[in-house]
Amino acid sequence: MANGSGRPLSPHLQVYKLPLSAVMSITHRITGVGLAVGTLLLVWWLVAAAAGPEAFARAQGFIGSFFGLLLMFGWSAALYYHLCNGIRHLVWDAGKSFELTDADRNNKIILGATAVLTVLTWIVGLAVW
Amino acid sequence: MASNSKTLRSPLQVARGLGSAKHGTEHWWSQRLTAIALVPLTVWFVFGVIGHLGADHAAFVAWMKSPFSAVMMVLTAVVTFHHAQSGLQVVIEDYVHVEWQKMALIIGVKFLSFALAAACVLAVVKIFIGA
Repeated sequence: MANGSGRPLSPHLQVYKLPLSAVMSITHRITGVGLAVGTLLLVWWLVAAAAGPEAFARAQGFIGSFFGLLLMFGWSAALYYHLCNGIRHLVWDAGKSFELTDADRNNKIILGATAVLTVLTWIVGLAVW
Repeated sequence: MASNSKTLRSPLQVARGLGSAKHGTEHWWSQRLTAIALVPLTVWFVFGVIGHLGADHAAFVAWMKSPFSAVMMVLTAVVTFHHAQSGLQVVIEDYVHVEWQKMALIIGVKFLSFALAAACVLAVVKIFIGA
């Protein structure tokens, strides 16, 4: 390798174009952190419901606002991505699908499933609202 | 262990025990266990949220008065926060290398996660047993 030590180099993140698998790997972590932040809305929702009708109406009002819906859309996409890619991690943990051809195919399946599930959820969600 | 290793310990001896942290694979295992549990819980939660997007207070209370819904909501909250704090711990361990900052963040995340989980459980219990 270029450093002359014979040891492998890590990719220089500012000049190296990450392959899709690598982008999806770090995205799993980013969506995980984002979902953890999103749990704050879940806490607000439940605690507001326990506090009474006025507090609950305020929480529902925020969720129904433009900013609330934007957050919910982001979280729903992050949730489906983390769910689908998490299942891929469980398959890896079982010792399966380590070949590059498997990874390339599963990348597409996960991204497709995330998009389809997110759009489907919002179509149903807005229809029953 | 590779055959060029200078150690006299057998591969079995090296593999035995619970490692330097003395917890073995416990953290890894609990992260997977909560992940598996969250697959059905998340599906239930998404359907529940969709069904109560514009709901008024009475409709939400009626939902949480069902024993099944209350149990599922408690499980969702507890398992979610357990999974979140265990994942955030790994993220912190990977990126924060100043010992006291790392410890402070991990402790803070864990305390906050379990406090928020407790708040969720109390909220559900209060609605469930409320008049």
